[in-house]
Amino acid sequence: MSMILETKGLTMRFGGLVAVSEFSASIPQGSITGLIGPNGAGKTTCFNMVTGFYKPTEGQVFFEGRELTGMSPHQVCRAGIARTFQNIRLFGNETAIENVMIGSFVRQRTGWIQSVLMTPMSLREEREIRDRSMELLDVVGLAGIAQEKANSLPYGAQRRLEIARALATKPRFLLLDEPAAGMNPQESLELMDFIRTIRTRFNLTILLIEHDMKVVMGVCEHMWVLDYGVTIAEGGPEAIQSNPKVIEAYLGEEYVKYA
Amino acid sequence: MNLATFIQHFLNSLTLGSLYALIAIGYTMVYGILRLINFAHSEIFMLGAYLVFWGITLFHLPWPVAMVASIILVAGIGILVDRIAYRPLRDAPRISALISAIGVSFFLQNVAIVFFQAIPRQVYRPAWLENPMIWGDVRVLPLTLFVPLLSLFLMLALVYIVYHTKAGLGMRAISKDIETSYLMGVSVNKVIALTFGIGSALAAASGIMWALRYPQLQPIMGAIPGFKAFIAAVFGGIGSIQGAVIGGLALGFIEIMTVAFFPDLAGYRDAFAFVLLIAILLVKPTGLLGVKTEDKV
Amino acid sequence: MNRSTTILLNLVLVGCLGLFLWWAEGSLDGYKIQILNLIAVNIILALSLNLIYGFTGMFSLGHAGFMAIGAYVCSILIMTPEQKETLFILQEALPWVQNSHAPFLVAVIAGGAVAALFGLVIGAPLLRLGDDYLGIATLGFAEIVRVIANNIPRVTNGALGFKGIPDHANLWWNYGWCLLTLYFVIRILNSNTGNVFKAIRDDETAAKAMGIDVFRIKLLSFTIGAFFAGVGGALLASLLTTIDPKMFLFTLTFNVLMIVVTGGLGSITGSILAGTGITVMLEWLRFVENPVTIGDWTLPGIPGMRMVVFSLVLILVILFRREGIMGMREIHWGTVARFMKGGKA
Repeated sequence: MSMILETKGLTMRFGGLVAVSEFSASIPQGSITGLIGPNGAGKTTCFNMVTGFYKPTEGQVFFEGRELTGMSPHQVCRAGIARTFQNIRLFGNETAIENVMIGSFVRQRTGWIQSVLMTPMSLREEREIRDRSMELLDVVGLAGIAQEKANSLPYGAQRRLEIARALATKPRFLLLDEPAAGMNPQESLELMDFIRTIRTRFNLTILLIEHDMKVVMGVCEHMWVLDYGVTIAEGGPEAIQSNPKVIEAYLGEEYVKYA
Repeated sequence: MNLATFIQHFLNSLTLGSLYALIAIGYTMVYGILRLINFAHSEIFMLGAYLVFWGITLFHLPWPVAMVASIILVAGIGILVDRIAYRPLRDAPRISALISAIGVSFFLQNVAIVFFQAIPRQVYRPAWLENPMIWGDVRVLPLTLFVPLLSLFLMLALVYIVYHTKAGLGMRAISKDIETSYLMGVSVNKVIALTFGIGSALAAASGIMWALRYPQLQPIMGAIPGFKAFIAAVFGGIGSIQGAVIGGLALGFIEIMTVAFFPDLAGYRDAFAFVLLIAILLVKPTGLLGVKTEDKV
Repeated sequence: MNRSTTILLNLVLVGCLGLFLWWAEGSLDGYKIQILNLIAVNIILALSLNLIYGFTGMFSLGHAGFMAIGAYVCSILIMTPEQKETLFILQEALPWVQNSHAPFLVAVIAGGAVAALFGLVIGAPLLRLGDDYLGIATLGFAEIVRVIANNIPRVTNGALGFKGIPDHANLWWNYGWCLLTLYFVIRILNSNTGNVFKAIRDDETAAKAMGIDVFRIKLLSFTIGAFFAGVGGALLASLLTTIDPKMFLFTLTFNVLMIVVTGGLGSITGSILAGTGITVMLEWLRFVENPVTIGDWTLPGIPGMRMVVFSLVLILVILFRREGIMGMREIHWGTVARFMKGGKA
């Protein structure tokens, strides 16, 4: 199986603090994988290194065989990687559909001069973008509230809108930072289905950070476990659940609770 | 350039630099706590100067009394400005308070125009500040010594307040983390008011000495020194009192010495500070003594 | 409301404006016409600052600088070589200043273009700064422009400035440019590029994650804003017929900022309403400062009162109605239609 994303020895130091040390992972094309670990284990830091928000102190990131290390976030997105944020970052004053349209901008061919001159090409493309954004809203079940301002939407809708917006950038690799945060069990269940659906429909590879073990174990085919920035285990759900190191470091009580 | 002229330039730089430093301290203290560029600080400086000369000409107060009265009054105005125009905006986006500050600055400036009129006024200087002292080729106005010495005294008093009193501890706590300070029971609004009071008092002192040094009063007299002092604060590292002092002195020396050595640039003197500002922001936005804060994603 | 109706209604509105201007030109006195002219110029300036600050979230205080550049470039181009020969009395003008001459339209465009060029050049380093630092740095830029204007007498005639600049900027030119600015700004803000401007204003980090080259887009918005600020400055120079470096103090930027904040950051309609209202008030309040009717403000009255009132207005708006008149809302034909229907029901 070919690997879509590979990281080699990714290390992030903030001053004297080592947030992530030697993170190496190979993620197969088309898979759904997870990154887990206790709070402060360095999961989001990994996301930030892959998506260009942090420049890793050491190590490299390869996407589809091409090195991404040191690229800025917008270049990483252009290359085909999209992400969501742990603490939802929507464009609050814009409507839901505008949020998705903004996601499409990175793939837009006609520029601002054509918009001002109202060339037929630009009008056609803007119409296509609008239609496609509407479709994406439909996929995440928000078509009915396309004209609502993003910051007036309920929490769950905001999470889904953020995913729709990420999809609008036409990614091949999607990083979800705690997609199930704040959801009830029923919603989490739906989310699992939803993640599988978009994988197939948009031909995606998905990497997610998640605390909800039901979601992680239910949807991820493979996962990495971080603790204090160090990768302490990797493997499939069963292997992880029976790994003594993981149980000790992280799952412990929680695992017992969920088992 | 001979030694005598150099000494004079040196003393002039020191005088100008300490005046900038006194204003810069007010900017840096307020910015350190509220992340607000207090545009009205220039006008506080101007009011300090006007009130002294008002006191002397209208109420025939003796010199030192008028000076102390003006400083106290202006400190009160500074506190009032915060209470009315900034405190209600503590939870608003940062730029709102800044716009309010710009508004207050224009307001005070134009109130001064209404009350004192726009025409520049000559300032009466006591004789003991004016009769030059002569050592060989060096002629020194007592004023050029008086200004740095009084400034030094005020700065030491400030250091005492900030590092050796409870209120000073509160200031330092708030500038580190305003929310935690609330939780820890620091009476944040009182400490902020005190900060405005102290900063305004120093600016008033600077304004009074400025008026003595360049003997003229004008409602817009605060604008340029105010901007420059803010730049000095940024140069030194905004939020740091030592930085403000170093920045103020540095700017005083840069301005006077550049013109002394390159007289052709005299016309551009008012632009130096802004060029310095832009250069600093591009090379080291945190200034000489500032601390970098990381953006969280 | 469909597209062709909207276009038709817009054309009708422009037609009405044309008729009004035609009527005004024939029936109103010079002072009132001057106010109408200033309204148009102030709307152009407010729209350009709103684009930069209200829509893209870059707190810029450099408008006076861009206006000065536009004003000087345009004035140099529209004054005749003979005029310039008598004007530059301190020092002779540089040959290219002395000899260049262009029609008004070209001169205004050139004024805007040079301002835009400066916007591009100073924006490239400065736009990396955030919020208040950007404000103070752009303010620094405007001050530097002013100091330089004072010190290059062979180009700007130094502190004396220019007098007798040809008064081409009549109602038609000013409102023509105003409509053009309006069209440009509306088109760009309604396009997806406009959405991206607003995205950067709302959350820069998220915008980056969406593949937006934030720096490039900011520079674009800043440069367009600088262009129209330059155009505004150019028109103002020809409207007032005299300029000197003192005219481009921070007060000028303050007036534009006041219009934008009062109208509503991020509202085009707000800028138009506040641009009109505040210009009228600014002129009307001159009477407070100067009881003598003809607008020579150096005569005694209560000098300063006007700006006392206006700075108070700004403070009150910020304290009690931070979103201004319109907030981020707009009045468009749809709103009007709904209002009319509501009125009937």
